Amino acid sequence: MVQWSESERTIINGIFSHLDYDDLGPKAFSRCLIVYPWTQRYFSSFGNLHNAEAIMGNANVAAHGIKVLHGLDLGLKHMDDIMGAYAELSSLHSEKLHVDPDNFKLLSDCITIVVAAKLGKAFTPETQAAFHKFLAVVVSALGKQYH
Amino acid sequence: MLSNKEKMLIAEIWESLTPVAEEIGADALLRMFACFPGSKTYFSHLDISRGSPHLLSHGKKIVLALAEGSKDISQLTVTLAPLQIMHAYQLRIDPINFKLLSHCLLVALSCHMRDDFTAVAHAAMDKYLSAFAAVLAEKYR
Repeated sequence: MVQWSESERTIINGIFSHLDYDDLGPKAFSRCLIVYPWTQRYFSSFGNLHNAEAIMGNANVAAHGIKVLHGLDLGLKHMDDIMGAYAELSSLHSEKLHVDPDNFKLLSDCITIVVAAKLGKAFTPETQAAFHKFLAVVVSALGKQYH
Repeated sequence: MLSNKEKMLIAEIWESLTPVAEEIGADALLRMFACFPGSKTYFSHLDISRGSPHLLSHGKKIVLALAEGSKDISQLTVTLAPLQIMHAYQLRIDPINFKLLSHCLLVALSCHMRDDFTAVAHAAMDKYLSAFAAVLAEKYR
């Protein structure tokens, strides 16, 4: 089981309590599709993803970005059993969606970068370390049910 | 694969960051040490605490090398030849750490440039840092 210090819990809860999901969700997800274009393979039904402008203006991308970012709430609510909390979503991504789990890390890196842009200097190395640890545990949990 | 537009954008960004090379470089290193403590093992002979002269000078060195490389990306193998030799035979830093530092450089850029660090700039920069790291590791074996 992952151990969280008081400081880590405070930092992580602090980030999420001020998070604008409707703004950062689309930003993070569209960034993933732009920076790592091969991730578009899972979204052929989303319409025009031909270039950065199209991706950033795509309503399906925006909606999905918000949905995915809210997916982190599960981990936040169950920080002491993140593995258990994501068991169902992990099976979904493995058995139904057939998503390569390496992609979870790519998206989590993009989430980090858009949060960094939003918080600027407030996103200190210590803040980044706590947030990174949280995202890494979620990413690991999402990959757990693959076999 | 970097387009000409992307190469220009990368060169522009590093040119604009050269005056704050120390700040950006030290910030990226501190982020790497905080998130990936294993990376600290390469610096046991230096003082890498926040504000230390070692940290600042090392950070500056790294950013200036990135800026120099960005001036003519097609010549990276030539520009980085001395650094290739240093990393392969002297420093022998496991190349996984290049990926870790690259990620932290992107975060440092994002914190510094905020909305100016657009998705297009991010994509270009990520490609450049990957290429830089690959050239740096070329002489390892």
